[in-house]
Amino acid sequence: MLGEGIVKGLAETARNFFGSYVEKDRLTTVQFPEERLPQAEAARVFPFLVYDTDDMEKGLRCVACKICEVECPPRCITIEKSTEKKPDFTGKPQFYPEKFEIDVSVCMSCQICVEVCPFEAIKMDTAFELSTDDRFGGLRWEKERLAKPNEYYRQIHPMEAAEVDEQLAEKKAKAEEKHAPAAATAEGAATR
Amino acid sequence: MTQGLDQIFVTFQHWAVAHSPAAVQPAVSIVLPVAGILILFPSLFAITTVLERKGLARIQNRYGPNRVGPYGWLQPVADAVKSLTKEDIVPRTADKLVHFLAPVLLVTVVFLEYAVIPVGRNMVLADMNSGVLFFFAAGAATEMSVFMAGWSSRNKYSLLGAMRAVAQMISYEAPLILSSIAVVMAAGSLSTVTIVEKQAGYSGFWPHWYVLTPWGLAGFVLFAIAMTAESNRSPFDLPEGESEIIAGYFTEYSGFKFALFFLGEYLEMFAVSGMAVTLFLGGWAAPFSFLTWIPSWIWFLGKVMTLIAVFIWVRGTLPRLRMDQLMNFAWKFMLPMTLMVIFSAGLWKFLPSGVLRWLICAAPIALLYVVLGRVLQSERRIEKRVYRYAE
Repeated sequence: MLGEGIVKGLAETARNFFGSYVEKDRLTTVQFPEERLPQAEAARVFPFLVYDTDDMEKGLRCVACKICEVECPPRCITIEKSTEKKPDFTGKPQFYPEKFEIDVSVCMSCQICVEVCPFEAIKMDTAFELSTDDRFGGLRWEKERLAKPNEYYRQIHPMEAAEVDEQLAEKKAKAEEKHAPAAATAEGAATR
Repeated sequence: MTQGLDQIFVTFQHWAVAHSPAAVQPAVSIVLPVAGILILFPSLFAITTVLERKGLARIQNRYGPNRVGPYGWLQPVADAVKSLTKEDIVPRTADKLVHFLAPVLLVTVVFLEYAVIPVGRNMVLADMNSGVLFFFAAGAATEMSVFMAGWSSRNKYSLLGAMRAVAQMISYEAPLILSSIAVVMAAGSLSTVTIVEKQAGYSGFWPHWYVLTPWGLAGFVLFAIAMTAESNRSPFDLPEGESEIIAGYFTEYSGFKFALFFLGEYLEMFAVSGMAVTLFLGGWAAPFSFLTWIPSWIWFLGKVMTLIAVFIWVRGTLPRLRMDQLMNFAWKFMLPMTLMVIFSAGLWKFLPSGVLRWLICAAPIALLYVVLGRVLQSERRIEKRVYRYAE
């Protein structure tokens, strides 16, 4: 019969219309700024620099090797190497970045900097509300703004962070083993 | 009290005229009701846009606009500010004068249609002897504005949209006017005021609306379909067809001109809804005799808003038609049906009232509906496609 389908369709939409006021399950919309979905473990937006301990200057893992600066496809990273060295987490003296800047507007979230970093110093952040009204200074993030503690990394990517922590601990233990006799003799010499 | 509330606007007009200097009295008596129309219907448009977005959202199990103001009710204000502050872009090769005139003409012409719609008892701007004729004549001018918009834009999509609009609107004008002829026959008058007055009586508590007769019901449904097409509403929104021709004749319009087109389209919708209410649903008359204490203008606006709600419901349900489906529907289904409705209305006038009259008048319409349905659906056989050269 002509028009049968139209009546069926109208009944269906009417059911949807009234149903959306009765059953809350029908409305799947998440009202964003007030409600938020938990982010996926693998979520990635923009890189940040990891530092150990509480002191950002001292604990920064980055040794200013500039691999990420070179590998970055849109070339959004700028690094200036320091002149003097400071000890890293194993106690070995290393350079550190005098200046470390990433341009938020240029970064394309490809994660290549993270993959090429041999020091586990740069990781992907999950914070995504990065908009600013200052398009010159506000989009060029300095070292101070990029640096975030390892605790934060553990929070946003717990599984990945555990793996990294394990690797670093192993490395540190190996380094200590290697340096232990030397250090002991040195200490002995100093006390003597 | 009831009488006072019913006639409150009329009383106010008389009061204002009596208290103004004699020299401007004719002007005041004309300008006041015009100002009423100019305020009432655009504000109704503002409410309808947010209602439509909310209604469509609920049909699709969403919330709809709920950010601006409490429950999103101030959304039209935000929309208005946005469209007023937007840059007005006119294509370099466009015919600038016609491009500017098209939206202005549309809104002007649509406002003209309101002159003959009785909004309440004694509330009509111009009680013409040929009100229905004037309404459709003014309505036909919207086609010109649409074509002006499409032609002056110098854009192939605009032109395609305008061609589609003209083809569609002229095709559907025939069933629109033919289905209203049945009412004109029954009322014996082209004056909208007389048509409403003929429907304002009651047998017991039951009203004398034309929609409550078999030919009136069929005529009303046909009129509703034709007016949906006439006001370019979904599922007959081919002239706009966002997915096919971007926005049809709107493509090159932005800012306030686009808002004017939008306003004109909604005003057209209110006008044809008002006409449908006037012709078939008793205009400002209450649905039952015991509800006559509610002011007549509330009944009229309530009926118009109900029709608008049905429009929104249909828009949320049906997908857009194809051009050939549209034309086939107009000429092969709507036209024969409206002719049969006129025939049935003629039968109704000359037969004595009773159950038998009902059956005799309903039978030819129902029969034609079934036959047309069968015939049109049998034409729709899907055959295996034969490739002539690519075998």
